[in-house]
Amino acid sequence: MNDMRIMERSVETNDIKIAANKVQVFYGENHAIKDVDVQIEDKTVTAFIGPSGCGKSTFLRTLNRMNDTIDICRVEGDILLDGENIYDPKVDPVQLRAKVGMVFQKPNPFPKSIYDNVAYGPRIHGLFQTKADLDNIVEKSLRRAAIWDEVKDRLDGPGTGLSGGQQQRLCIARAVATEPEVLLMDEPCSALDPIATAQVEELIDELREKFAVVIVTHSMQQAARVSQKTAFFHLGNLVEFGETGQIFTNPSDPRTESYISGRIG
Amino acid sequence: MTDFNSDMASKKSSLLVADARTQKRNKAEARFRAYGLAAVGVGLLFLVILLTTIISNGSSAFKQTFVTVEVFLDPAKIDKKGNRNIEDLKKATTFTYKPLIQQGLLDQVNAAGYNHPFEKHKAMGQLLSASAAGQVRQFVLDNPDRLGETVEFRLIAASRVDGYLKGRVTRESVARDKNISAEHFDLVDQMQADGLVEKVFNMAFITGADASEARPEQAGFGVSMAGSFFMMLVVLGVSLPIGVAASIYLEEFAPQNWFTDLIEVNISNLAAVPSIVFGILGLAVFIQFAHLPQSAPLVGGLVLSLMTLPTIIISTRAALKSVPPSIRDAALGIGASKMQSVFHHVLPLAMPGILTGTIIGLAQALGETAPLLLIGMVGFIATNMPDTLAEGILSPNSAMPAQIYEWAKRADPAWYERAWGGIIILLVFLITMNTLAVILRRRFERRW
Repeated sequence: MNDMRIMERSVETNDIKIAANKVQVFYGENHAIKDVDVQIEDKTVTAFIGPSGCGKSTFLRTLNRMNDTIDICRVEGDILLDGENIYDPKVDPVQLRAKVGMVFQKPNPFPKSIYDNVAYGPRIHGLFQTKADLDNIVEKSLRRAAIWDEVKDRLDGPGTGLSGGQQQRLCIARAVATEPEVLLMDEPCSALDPIATAQVEELIDELREKFAVVIVTHSMQQAARVSQKTAFFHLGNLVEFGETGQIFTNPSDPRTESYISGRIG
Repeated sequence: MTDFNSDMASKKSSLLVADARTQKRNKAEARFRAYGLAAVGVGLLFLVILLTTIISNGSSAFKQTFVTVEVFLDPAKIDKKGNRNIEDLKKATTFTYKPLIQQGLLDQVNAAGYNHPFEKHKAMGQLLSASAAGQVRQFVLDNPDRLGETVEFRLIAASRVDGYLKGRVTRESVARDKNISAEHFDLVDQMQADGLVEKVFNMAFITGADASEARPEQAGFGVSMAGSFFMMLVVLGVSLPIGVAASIYLEEFAPQNWFTDLIEVNISNLAAVPSIVFGILGLAVFIQFAHLPQSAPLVGGLVLSLMTLPTIIISTRAALKSVPPSIRDAALGIGASKMQSVFHHVLPLAMPGILTGTIIGLAQALGETAPLLLIGMVGFIATNMPDTLAEGILSPNSAMPAQIYEWAKRADPAWYERAWGGIIILLVFLITMNTLAVILRRRFERRW
């Protein structure tokens, strides 16, 4: 909480990439997300914070319709990606997920080679013409995920043979290889040690130049370090949403203040 | 401080002495280990008893007694027209050859100076299998130019002679046997000493066909092995694709509702249905209604597929379930479709489990007898190896377990030995398949 670097960070306003209006999510009878309105800006890192079970991961998963895989899950309200409602019946969630990539809490590389892990997305989306193109995409993605130097000599080695931090950066490389417009990260550092965490955080800051990044995190320091915008969720409600510096130094809602000062959570 | 604390301090015990509770716990654990060891020991004991019984009873089936006989291929009897025409030679039946062989054996025995009471050549016939004449006839038809020569043959001995050499038949037991007498055995003893009668490895048992009830010495297991093989081809071709497709649909795509629950319960129920029920179903549906050929491995395979399907579906679903959901999430998160995530990632990871389940299902089907009885795949059906794949699948045949059952119910004790021998072969197949399942699982298992 003493990390006040955020105060000095300049926050310029960007175009709105995703706009959520009155989003409700139900798991069967359970009303998990209530009336959430959020604008996620392009080329910005938006952090979702809040105590466990507050619905931040659930909300993140509504942004690329990963909740569709859960039978009892129901979403109401509008989520607009570049002005198009992603819950429109005409939208194919597969096409959507190519635009809105996701990195998960636990590193989950495919049990294939490092190369194949990264090449998988471009292969299924047909993003290349020649083998050389694909090689380029793989190298660029691995470089972007800051893991190229560590794995360039063993691209044929198994992705599961890497350390936890390397695996997570490989997953990030895999996600950016499909050229998404938005990158969703669900607690990407919770399974990593502090050094790997620092590497991933640095990476997130670089990814901001190309994508809108949405990150769910339990660590308030992390939110403060990497994000420009922060949303605080509590019991399924979006309590407060604003610039990170303002949320952490001068929250307007007493619940936000209680949470960031450690009284609830 | 308080009384409580001082009380505790006074009861302080040494770690070097086990207290009463610990002793009791340790004893209970030692007892439990002993029970476990005893259970394993009993299991192993039964396994050893089973294997020794099977091997001691069945191994003799792999040896067969042969008699070396010099036969004069008399052209005056075999080729009455004297023109060596193959069509005319075919008209000479085994009845023509029988006396020639018997005379040859009698002459040989007399020439060797063996001590025996037999004067007529017919008495020699009881030493030889009824199939011996057919063996010689086939030789003549294959080599008509050797007519008129004296040729040395190694002919199958009669099953009583075979049994005598193997200790199954004794002089006492043939006292009232009109097929053979104790004097025959005296002669056999003398011939064996000179190597004219010998026990050799019986390849025909592994490759040959079943024989009529009177000729156990001629019966082989090979054709029913082919029957089982073609049946397994049908089972594999039918139940693997259907089973895997059904499991993938149920596990990955089907919505959770009362209908899929019902299907699930019924698949588990099917796995518990007695096999004879499947047999009668196969008889009614495949043979009487669909008019598929009776006794054919095709029908047997279809019936066994019905039995194997639940096994394959249950094990495939378990294998799919064991693939961590994070792999599915990863694929979906990149924008793979549901089907791509299943076929590119989930299925390869589930493959060892699916293969193991399939092989175990096949092994089960391979040992199944009851349904085959009802669709007529039992009895002395096929006399020749099938020549083509279609013939193998469509022409009537038996299968290994049904052949064993058939032999075991025939009267002559010589069949008993064959049945045990068949069991050895069947067990070798089952052990091979199960070993293959273990090897495949080890080989394709991947960590994530």
